[in-house]
Amino acid sequence: MNVNQHTPMASPYGQPQPGYGQPGFAPVDGGYPAPYAPYNGPASAYQPGPPPQGPARGPPTSGAPSAPQQYSQYSHSQGDMQNGPPPMTQAPPRPAASQPYNQGAVNLSGPQPSYPQHYGPQPSMQQVTNQMTGMQITSGPPTPAGPGYDPPHSSQPPVNTAYSAAPPHSYTQAPPPASSAPTQPPAPSGPPASQQYYGGPPPPSQQPFNSSLPPTSQQQFTSHAPPLPSSQQTFPPSSYSGPAPTPSHAPAPPVSQPQQSFPPTQPPFSSAPPPNSHPAFVSGPPPPAQGSFQPRAPPPSSQPGSFPPHGSSPISMPSGQYSGPMPPQQQPPPSQLPPYHSGAPPPRVQMPPTSMAQNNHLPPGPQGPPGPPGSMQQPPPQPGIQGGYPPQQNGAFGQVRGPQPGYAGPYPGQPNYGAPAPAPAPAPAAQKRLDPDSIPSPIQVIEDDKAKSTEPFATGVRGQAPPLVTTNFQVKDQGNASPRFVRCTAYNMPCTADMAKQSQVPLAAVIKPLATLPPDETPPYLVDHGEGGPIRCNRCKAYMCPYMQFIEGGRRFQCGFCSCVTEVPPHYFQHLDHTGKRVDCYDRPELSLGSYEFLATVDYCKNNKIPQPPAYIFLIDVSYNAVKSGMVNIVCQELKTLLDYLPRENPEMDSVVRVGFVTYNKVLHFYNVKSSLAQPQMLVVSDVSDMFVPLLDGFLVNVNESRLVIESLLDQIPEMFAETRETETVFGPVIQAGLEALKAADCSGKLFVFHTSLPIAEAPGKLKNREDKKLIGTDKEKSLFQSQVGFYNTLAKECVAQGCCVDLFLFPNQYVDVATLGVVPVSTGGSVYKYTYFQALSDKERFLNDLRRDVQKLVGFDAVMRVRTSTGIRATDFFGSFFMSNTTDVELAGLDCDKAVTVEFKHDDKLSEETGALMQCAVLYTSCSGQRRLRVHNMAVNCCSQLADLYRNCETDTIINFFSKYAFRGLLNNPTKAVRDTLINQCAQILACYRKNCASPSSAGQLILPECMKLLPVYLNCVLKSDVLMPGADVSLDDRAYLRQLIGCMDVPESHVFFYPRLLPLTKFESGSLPVAVRDSEERLSKGGVYLLETGLHLFLWVGASAQQELLLNIFGTPSFSQIDPSLTSLPVLDNPFSQRMREIIESFRAQRSRYMKLMVVKQEDKSELIFRHFLVEDKSASGGASYVDFLCHMHKEIRQLLS
Amino acid sequence: MATFPEYITQNEERDGVRFSWNVWPSSRLEATRMVVPVSSLFTPLSERPDLPPIQYEPVLCSRATCRAVLNPLCQVDYRAKLWACNFCYQRNQFPPSYAGISEVNQPAELLPQFSTIEYVVQRGPQMPLVFLYVVDTCMEDEDLQALKESLQMSLSLLPPTALVGLITFGRMVQVHELGCEGISKSYVFRGTKDLNAKQLQEMLGLIKPSATQGRGPQPAQQPLSNRFLQPVQKIDMNLTDLLGELQRDPWPVTQGKRPLRSLGVAMSIAVGLLECTFPNTGARIMTFIGGPATQGPGMVVGDELKTPIRSWHDLEKDNAKFMKKATKHYESLANRASTNGHIIDIYACALDQTGLLEMKCCANYTGGYMVMADSFNTSLFKQTFQRVFTKDVQGSFKMAFAATLEVKTSREIKVSGAIGPCVSLNAKGPCVSENEIGTGGTCQWKICGLDPSTTLALYFEVVNQHNAPIPQGGRGAIQFVTQYQHSSGQRRIRVTTTARNWADAQTQIQSIAASFDQEAAAILMARLSVFRAETEEGPDVLRWLDRQLIRLFMFHLRRSPFLQVFNNSPDESSYYRHQFNRHDLTQALIMIQPVLYAYSFNGPPEPVLLDSSSILPDRILLMDTFFQILIYHGETVAQWRKAGYQEMSEYENFRHLLQAPVDDAQELLHTRFPMPRYIDTEHGGSQARFLLSKVNPSQTHNNMYAWGQESGAPILTDDVSLQVFMDHLKKLAVSSAA
Repeated sequence: MNVNQHTPMASPYGQPQPGYGQPGFAPVDGGYPAPYAPYNGPASAYQPGPPPQGPARGPPTSGAPSAPQQYSQYSHSQGDMQNGPPPMTQAPPRPAASQPYNQGAVNLSGPQPSYPQHYGPQPSMQQVTNQMTGMQITSGPPTPAGPGYDPPHSSQPPVNTAYSAAPPHSYTQAPPPASSAPTQPPAPSGPPASQQYYGGPPPPSQQPFNSSLPPTSQQQFTSHAPPLPSSQQTFPPSSYSGPAPTPSHAPAPPVSQPQQSFPPTQPPFSSAPPPNSHPAFVSGPPPPAQGSFQPRAPPPSSQPGSFPPHGSSPISMPSGQYSGPMPPQQQPPPSQLPPYHSGAPPPRVQMPPTSMAQNNHLPPGPQGPPGPPGSMQQPPPQPGIQGGYPPQQNGAFGQVRGPQPGYAGPYPGQPNYGAPAPAPAPAPAAQKRLDPDSIPSPIQVIEDDKAKSTEPFATGVRGQAPPLVTTNFQVKDQGNASPRFVRCTAYNMPCTADMAKQSQVPLAAVIKPLATLPPDETPPYLVDHGEGGPIRCNRCKAYMCPYMQFIEGGRRFQCGFCSCVTEVPPHYFQHLDHTGKRVDCYDRPELSLGSYEFLATVDYCKNNKIPQPPAYIFLIDVSYNAVKSGMVNIVCQELKTLLDYLPRENPEMDSVVRVGFVTYNKVLHFYNVKSSLAQPQMLVVSDVSDMFVPLLDGFLVNVNESRLVIESLLDQIPEMFAETRETETVFGPVIQAGLEALKAADCSGKLFVFHTSLPIAEAPGKLKNREDKKLIGTDKEKSLFQSQVGFYNTLAKECVAQGCCVDLFLFPNQYVDVATLGVVPVSTGGSVYKYTYFQALSDKERFLNDLRRDVQKLVGFDAVMRVRTSTGIRATDFFGSFFMSNTTDVELAGLDCDKAVTVEFKHDDKLSEETGALMQCAVLYTSCSGQRRLRVHNMAVNCCSQLADLYRNCETDTIINFFSKYAFRGLLNNPTKAVRDTLINQCAQILACYRKNCASPSSAGQLILPECMKLLPVYLNCVLKSDVLMPGADVSLDDRAYLRQLIGCMDVPESHVFFYPRLLPLTKFESGSLPVAVRDSEERLSKGGVYLLETGLHLFLWVGASAQQELLLNIFGTPSFSQIDPSLTSLPVLDNPFSQRMREIIESFRAQRSRYMKLMVVKQEDKSELIFRHFLVEDKSASGGASYVDFLCHMHKEIRQLLS
Repeated sequence: MATFPEYITQNEERDGVRFSWNVWPSSRLEATRMVVPVSSLFTPLSERPDLPPIQYEPVLCSRATCRAVLNPLCQVDYRAKLWACNFCYQRNQFPPSYAGISEVNQPAELLPQFSTIEYVVQRGPQMPLVFLYVVDTCMEDEDLQALKESLQMSLSLLPPTALVGLITFGRMVQVHELGCEGISKSYVFRGTKDLNAKQLQEMLGLIKPSATQGRGPQPAQQPLSNRFLQPVQKIDMNLTDLLGELQRDPWPVTQGKRPLRSLGVAMSIAVGLLECTFPNTGARIMTFIGGPATQGPGMVVGDELKTPIRSWHDLEKDNAKFMKKATKHYESLANRASTNGHIIDIYACALDQTGLLEMKCCANYTGGYMVMADSFNTSLFKQTFQRVFTKDVQGSFKMAFAATLEVKTSREIKVSGAIGPCVSLNAKGPCVSENEIGTGGTCQWKICGLDPSTTLALYFEVVNQHNAPIPQGGRGAIQFVTQYQHSSGQRRIRVTTTARNWADAQTQIQSIAASFDQEAAAILMARLSVFRAETEEGPDVLRWLDRQLIRLFMFHLRRSPFLQVFNNSPDESSYYRHQFNRHDLTQALIMIQPVLYAYSFNGPPEPVLLDSSSILPDRILLMDTFFQILIYHGETVAQWRKAGYQEMSEYENFRHLLQAPVDDAQELLHTRFPMPRYIDTEHGGSQARFLLSKVNPSQTHNNMYAWGQESGAPILTDDVSLQVFMDHLKKLAVSSAA
């Protein structure tokens, strides 16, 4: 891989890629529902040739050749640019390759999934390259724009021809054409279909650009690509014909291979997409936008994808667009550029650029045009997919862009920008010149990624970015930890601290050590190294892993982290094969896998004693409020059954976890539930100032042995306190009690505290109400996030020392000071659950599901996590729910499968590109059966000396995860505003650095975003707008503190959906697959639709005011909008496929998240819609948060300031 | 009048009073010359089955400083319906209810035979009896089981209305809530932290509802019971089950450690609980302990087994680091309890010491019982405990609660103090002497727990000046007013009025000498010396005693465990002294000078000298030391018994001989409280040491050959024999240095 990356090889591929790219793009675009549809379409069309070939060839490609090629391609996206020239030479070779690719292509058409996955990693690379290429392309366009357009056309034609020919000829033939196309760019006629697409798109893009900012944007894009100007130039032409596609392909990493193959297939896609885009355009000013896109689009092979969606819309439009857009682009460019720079325009300009970037990736524009042709074939599929969109578009926006926004959107958007200004038919839009559709769309990116991730993701390749968290993929552990365990912000780390500093890209990993794997992936193997314990490096103590190099015939090994040489113990000795690998390499997980577990010996145990099985203690508030709200009753009832589901490692066995019960108000009641007792005994401890455990024997019991007594107890607790008048509670002593109990039993464990109110009773940890809205926005605001008293910090420390994890369930009716109460749970690796205004009727389900999950989930206790890294970098900072008593050891009293720890790395020396950067995360913990284990996750990433490489291999979702945690922690010590400014600054610096160092020179007015980070602004805006950093008037301090703590231990998938909620249109269902999400903006909502919005914490069902009766009848059992009960928390069970499917979807969403989401039905125009709107994060928020468009403008301004 | 001994006996039977002098010297000067002060042993509740309970209230002298009760010694003017107080000479009007009074129609209190009379106070609510069990759970299962059974048994002996409560302790202290359905509740307290009554009240949730809720018309419930103290009839079963489920303290005790026993806190909580729920109501805190307190306030020894509990040796060396603190703790508890009229009983059953030394005040100040045994699984404990609940013919417990004793005296005499299970009420008055003896400075004492044999020693001072002679035939009078809560719940007042003649020492020395009550004086002086021994350094007391008194009896007193600590642990000393200080004269005499009976074929059982010469081979000896009943078979008898002659019909007389002392011993065992240790031993038996340590060592290894007689048994001791002691004494008595 490395080689590939380093070597120019890539370039050749790159070129091919371009060619492929186009196809790739198509796939990419189509990757989503559309893709499939389109593919299918195309496939069918192509079927004659590709399909058969595909399968047959497919495998081979995936095998050796394809991979390398792909990699090379990906890695060299830049190279591609450079390679541009080579392409020609390569072209010949390609044929052969092309065949494989073709196969890939075939696959794409059919089996794409698998390829995509393989490529997956590459994709990212490709994407980058694509971006690069795209940029180049765009850049190319500027000058060669004219030609470019032409080329595209020409290229397209070729493609078309290719297709036409291809099918019959088989892919091999097709590829050639593609290649030829690239070279020929001008040869528009060549590949009719594809080229046309390209031609089409490009032109439009150019035009749009011209008309609007497009041109600039194009340039910018090109500039991005520029890194390899020369190549670019070469490419440009080729790119149009070929390169352009490449870029697009590039984006669709998987595409690389596919791309090749795709060329043929892609065309269809592209063609299909275009149509869609066109429609969108058609609807409004879009056309110009498209035009603008097209210019960029050229590269846009990726766009095609987007187009596909558009595809549904009139195909004819594209042409129109082309014609139209084209001109505008050319003209506008010059004039527009300035405007963009100026106030409003700039934004647009910026937008375009970004969109450009996308465009580049998504040659949609170009493809769009091609679309028509493709559309012929593909249209059908796309329509289907897009079907969903159209309504939305129609409904909310009128314009079709909505749906495609991502792909087509961006481009169109740009056009729009351009267009709006010029064609401002949409006068209103005038001010908001940026068309949301024209700016990078999260949905599009997500869908693209899904499309290309169709094969299992193998972790064996260093520095390969995994598919996005929103993508379903299978992981094959081949030596690095699965992305489910470890995700990095950058898979290509800068070699030096200077570079890192310059780029400002955070180097971090989000580690979820005990993550639950899907059933089709093998959980980490358990390795037993015998009495001596795990084999470790003598110096740095790193555990045996695939990075250890065996030398001297296997008698010693050299540590990959510190290079120290250590003797191999005799019992572990094994001979080496001719490659220097141990012959038992593949028999031993620790030598071949990224994640595995060691059985720890007694040396790894506290006090050198084998640990006792852990205990669960339930501490239930029985004050007036708790009883009144029904909480006590619910908990007691539930525990009776829940106790049978305590975690166990072997489902056949009874859990060895012991349980204990405490109730409390102002005093604590312990219960003796020893099995020999006829009835439970209650032991009241009223001396809360000096807590202790009143009993030992009989407090912690085995559920099965004491079942009768426990049940009797749980029956009696609600009765005993039914008449209570006690309203005061304590809290500190409650945790102390649990802690003391665990201490007395000499075991670790977990406390489940069910608490209702601010602990104002006289006792340690007593709190006062300090909620003071006046402080918000002042420098003292930070104090509200700090613990009110130091008591809980000390207590937390003691808890950690004992391995006592605290989970807190809060049922407040007023301020309870979550910031303080949460200190212990957060420091002990526990969770806080909050049910404000808890009502037994409506919240029971959510609470019980949370409780069940919380009780049942696998937990490790008394854990210590340590992250070791290879020389050159060091783990410097940690974020999450844990405690640290020194700078290296993360201590977790409890670590469950949902908890993630974010680790930041800093350079302390230079890294080498050769060895890359290694990290090993070892977690020593006590399993729920009381076994002491070590879980080891290994991760190797690449190192780069070029900033461009860094930017090409980043993962925005992870970066956002890091940023949010960093910022939320910063709130403790800094004013909120400062935290926000820091975030914006860093983000601007990252992007500015890219612009400065990686993008080709272009007008300052253009916003250029790296492909991997094109969503950074939108996501960052979501973070900035979150309740924590920008509270609305109705957001309580508790809510903010709660969220702040919650984010602290979130992994990437959860933080992603939390910040950018998933919004699904539910008007129609494709069988088996989810509808494509739409962007979180009110504009995307159709009055006639029904939408499901999911944030990981909330689940809304939004019902449009004019939703069809049939739809309502299917969902709610009532045809009338007004009769829908907004207080529903679950959908009625109706016997129709629609209802059934809805409920399935809702259930599947819930199953994905660690917390149960209560369903809220929101009727349009209802007052509850306000809450719902809060989650439409691309819009302006009620609390003053910027809309996506505005923020992007702002960000652009910041960047420009930095650059100037 | 008959002889003095008869007079004394008569007085004792009627009034429960014995004076050291039955004719009093008439001036302070003469009194001081007599060495033994005018003093009395008073048994407030001496059993008088013939005493009619008077159903009205006593008539009091109207003088505010006097308030003496109308008694047979008062002069009464039947026509004027007036009576003259014989203490202050105030003339008082009879109350209207006495309108019908006349020479032939006298109220009982004026009849001479009712110099002791008992009034039943009708007003006020009938207070329930309260029994609070405080149970140690740190003991062997066998012991605990025996204790549980005893406790369960005791429930059946309590009157149904009595309130009972249960506190158990080990490492923690648990206050059990009674009468809970379905679940048993208890409040748990850490054993290392003392709580005052207010804290405890809050923690037990005993604050009156009005205080916390401030709600208006909540019926003012009489706190006649609460969750922790409930009528036996109501929670009989519940408590029986609760006791049955009591487990040994579950906290692990590692090797080489004592179990952590929070006795100090447990008692504190018991005191606090009663303090805030039943102040000034008779209540018994019955503490059952199986070992010393090892943690928290009141701990007397650490939990390390390698550190033994303090001995007299340590105390002398001031090496008992916990003693002072613990003593202080228990003293404060005892004071709190006595202030509220609560009794603290201590039943300590362990082979080693349990800290009675530190805790003695709890029983001593409150009139509680102190019982020491080796195990709860012995008849000693079981019988003794059962005997606590003995009932009299009316079916009432032979115990009284929350009593106060007030002493009123004629002007010529004042009260110096009292020694016994009482505390001062600090009531100053005209009859309080400035000289304190024992607990002085007051004319009122609180005796929280009384039983019919509880006896106080009261010391008086003649204050009449030499130059103010008392008119001939004048009598000095002393009135004892005892108010107490009868076990039936009634408040009662028993009034005893006695008078003695004055005599001029110059002229009537003979009569004074004749009136000397040797036994009473001995006990009174012994109490005084024990009191001083408790409060002062040992050797000084002996010296003081030697200087004060010279009598045969003192030989045994000097050797008794009340003054000698040799061979006794601090706990034992405390125990013996406790018993000595509360029992009546007869029993106290036995304690000082054990009685020895000899059984032989030579005649009927006869008392013999407590001398080694009484130990003969053909005798069976029965010794009663109060604490022990010992049967000793002489060498020959023992051989016969071993040979089994008693089984043969022809030697039936021998069987009778063997049986006789056993029967007598049983009789003693059945009446004695606490139950004595019963020992059956023989010549050469290891337990014969108990006998040998008591007898006068007239024959020792030093002189046995000198005596050259075959009778008796030599004692291996360096102690001087009575003979030697007397010789020295005589010498001392006539020497000028004395």
